[in-house]
Amino acid sequence: MLTKLFSGDTPRSGLLTVLLLIVLVSLAFAPFLFPGTKSLETAARICIFIVLVASYDLLLGYSGIVSFAHTMFFGIGAYGTALALSSTGPSYWSMIWGTAAGAVLAAAFALAIGLFSLRVKAIFFAMVTLAVASAFAVLVSQMSWLTGGEDGLNYKIPRELTPAFKLVKEKVLGVRINGKLLAYYLVFFASAILFLMMLRIVNSPFGRTLKAVRDNAFRAEAIGYRVVWYRTTATVLSAVMAALAGSLLAIWLRYTGPATTLSMEIMIDILLMVVIGGMGTLYGAVLGATIFILAQTYLHNLMGVAADATSAVPLVSTLIAPERWLLWLGVLFILSVYFFPTGIVGRLRAGRA
Amino acid sequence: MMTDTLLSLSGVHTHIGPYHILQGVDLDVPKGGVTVLLGRNGAGKTTTLRTIMGLWKASQGDVRFGDHVISRLDTPEISRRGIAFVPEDMGIFTDLTVAENMLLAAANGPMDQKRLAWIKDLFPPIGTFWNSSAGTLSGGQKQMLAVARAIIEPRRLILIDEPTKGLAPAIINSMTDALRELKNTDTTILLVEQNFTMASSVGDTVAVMDDGRIIHAGSMKELAEDADLQEQLMGLSLEAHQ
Amino acid sequence: MSDTSIKPRIEKVPLSEQFFQKLPVLLVPMLALGGLVAIGSPDSWLTLTVAGLAMGMMIFIMASGLTVVFGLMDVINFGHGAFVAVGAFVGFTVLAWLAGWTTSPSVMLNLFAVLIAILAAMLVTGLLGYAFERVIVMPVYGEHLKQILVTMGGLIVAQQMIYVVWGPDELHLSRPEALKGSFVIGEAAIEKYRLVAVGIGLALFLAMRHILKSTKVGLLVRAGVENGEMVEALGYRIRRLFLIVFMTGSALAGLGGVMWGLYQETITAHMGSEIMVLVFIVVIIGGLGSVEGCFIGALLVGLLANYTAFLAPKVALISTIALMVAILMWRPQGLYPVVKAK
Repeated sequence: MLTKLFSGDTPRSGLLTVLLLIVLVSLAFAPFLFPGTKSLETAARICIFIVLVASYDLLLGYSGIVSFAHTMFFGIGAYGTALALSSTGPSYWSMIWGTAAGAVLAAAFALAIGLFSLRVKAIFFAMVTLAVASAFAVLVSQMSWLTGGEDGLNYKIPRELTPAFKLVKEKVLGVRINGKLLAYYLVFFASAILFLMMLRIVNSPFGRTLKAVRDNAFRAEAIGYRVVWYRTTATVLSAVMAALAGSLLAIWLRYTGPATTLSMEIMIDILLMVVIGGMGTLYGAVLGATIFILAQTYLHNLMGVAADATSAVPLVSTLIAPERWLLWLGVLFILSVYFFPTGIVGRLRAGRA
Repeated sequence: MMTDTLLSLSGVHTHIGPYHILQGVDLDVPKGGVTVLLGRNGAGKTTTLRTIMGLWKASQGDVRFGDHVISRLDTPEISRRGIAFVPEDMGIFTDLTVAENMLLAAANGPMDQKRLAWIKDLFPPIGTFWNSSAGTLSGGQKQMLAVARAIIEPRRLILIDEPTKGLAPAIINSMTDALRELKNTDTTILLVEQNFTMASSVGDTVAVMDDGRIIHAGSMKELAEDADLQEQLMGLSLEAHQ
Repeated sequence: MSDTSIKPRIEKVPLSEQFFQKLPVLLVPMLALGGLVAIGSPDSWLTLTVAGLAMGMMIFIMASGLTVVFGLMDVINFGHGAFVAVGAFVGFTVLAWLAGWTTSPSVMLNLFAVLIAILAAMLVTGLLGYAFERVIVMPVYGEHLKQILVTMGGLIVAQQMIYVVWGPDELHLSRPEALKGSFVIGEAAIEKYRLVAVGIGLALFLAMRHILKSTKVGLLVRAGVENGEMVEALGYRIRRLFLIVFMTGSALAGLGGVMWGLYQETITAHMGSEIMVLVFIVVIIGGLGSVEGCFIGALLVGLLANYTAFLAPKVALISTIALMVAILMWRPQGLYPVVKAK
């Protein structure tokens, strides 16, 4: 039963199973285990990024395609939901049609990009997506009449999902049972379902063909698989998943702007999470996203403390200032590609064998 | 009979990706003359030449050239020791002119004009189309250019991979003549050839490959006269050329 | 041995086909003409055209190294933009030191200061290119996926190092006296600096063509683009050739960075990644690996960006993407697809 839920793709490593269970339990009971606004924010962010990173892994890990447009699809989903909520009011209906519209638009975009650039080379696709994504980001910040420009959009969501809505009068286990909690569980269960769906996809015949295409496109073509079709389908699926993750973010934050969805920095974060977690494993997305976001949230502060402590040493304090967070990420990124190309999951599985 | 060995492979294994192509090749190429490497498609002839040239690295075994082991060296180093390579696809730079192709082939400095005149005599199209783009040459002319590039500087050993593949009979004849003339210089040739008529007309010694190993080695004359042996060794490759 | 009767296969190409082969070159004047029609005023058109050509030349300088590196070794360097930014910062620093010369009325001293700044920038970016090739690119040679990831990582690190060295703020610098101001032709104002940029770009393009067509190194590069293995079999160390090309490409990116900086008079650490978008578009339009294609692509993008910035400012960047899409629909490999043996 459980194996079926995981589509037969179990973690295949004792330690990995334990780690994944810890993440699952922590996220499932986050509001009770780690009370406080900041930790709930972090938990929701982790849920959403697990979906986002897993959907990117569908491309990078399972299809061997590098895309720099993943944040664009994430953004399309977020803006779809945000625009629907802000234009037709905070109803569930707006949430649903906005999310659907975002997903459809993302699919259409992905199809168009895939069809005209996946024919040639992986490297081509990487360059084209980089160009298209940055043009999209510029466009969004310029169309301020629609998107709110750099400031982004603030909007209301259905009342039942806001802190103002009280489900139970008393606290349960010291936690207020309010709309915010409902919103968190909406995010949590939606993320879990999307993740299981992706697990299903990669373990289907389609997913296996995708891996065959990744390992030897030439051979797959010779056997008779339509390589472009498979790659384009993977791009579209991945884009739709990213858009849905974007919608979840839009609902959770009640705000959508370029900085939270479209920035190149988020793209780099996603890349790093996939590589650290382990490309082509999906479970890597869970660990990558969790570890990265925890580090981002808590290590960041630590760097500030360390920089203050070393303020007497000029170069060192500049190097470990919180603003230099990206510098270390970059170094870490290069090192992980060299020395841990299979990421944490790859290491754990290899350790068992 | 010359018995000095110029090139010898001993127990050479070569892997390409997951495929184990050469499975212990032992081959001696005597100094002077033409050694022909025969065998059906996929037997490992091209891989043998590319392994000698260092384009694919031997995973086991040694390639000796003269007194030195060259199987750990990089391709440019191997080339500079006096081995030239004419690949099956000829490796012509089609974006360059014939003259520029020759200029690059003379890696050690300006072309020796006397040698160039000799080459133009051997392959007249080289002179005729000296300033044309190499991409506009016919298949036969490209093959001549490929061989010409290999001999513009004196080489101790030339590896040639199927020079007659897909060529018209008239051009095969002129290529055969050229190889015969080359034999008269101080050059050793290791020739991969499917065309037995040509192979037997220029070859002095012969080695036959199958499944990544040498299954027969001896003099060409012996093999050419022994129809049974031919049948037994390479029924397939003989049919292929007819 | 009488093979002289066989002629090379130079078929007479029909006129219409010749036209199609030349079409990429004609695209530039066609676009310029289209711009004239759309803009209407010849004076504005002239100003915009010179600006577009100047921008195109600068993009060409930055993109040329990238495209040759790709052609030769099948390596695409996503960190190329870092060289642009570093070049700009080094150039600005040197110009700031030489403030006495740049503000002097002497044209000679002005130009001398710029020359020194350019040389310093090219030296630093060339050496940086050396380090980049050895540390970042070499270990992942032949693996596209890792190449993209690792060079992207290199870009992030290099940009962050700019923050560490030069601080978080953007730098401003005004051009040396000799490069300020404009010529006025009729009603059209043409900035002096833009003419200089066009001149440098054109000179560089011609020099590059000359090197590629008439020197042994150039021939080796062209031969290596088509069949690197054969170049090695002829006895040349292609890795060394590649390193030289990589360093030259990085130094050119540095030169482009100084020129771009002097054009904008403001530079930021992330200018590299912004320009990379244009550079990628240009390289894709031209055909990966083609210098001629890169040149034409750069001019097209420069002109189009300036025309649309005048006609419809909001869609300027989108228009270059649209150009890229249109060209890929017409020629999926770019204007000048590069012949590869394998």
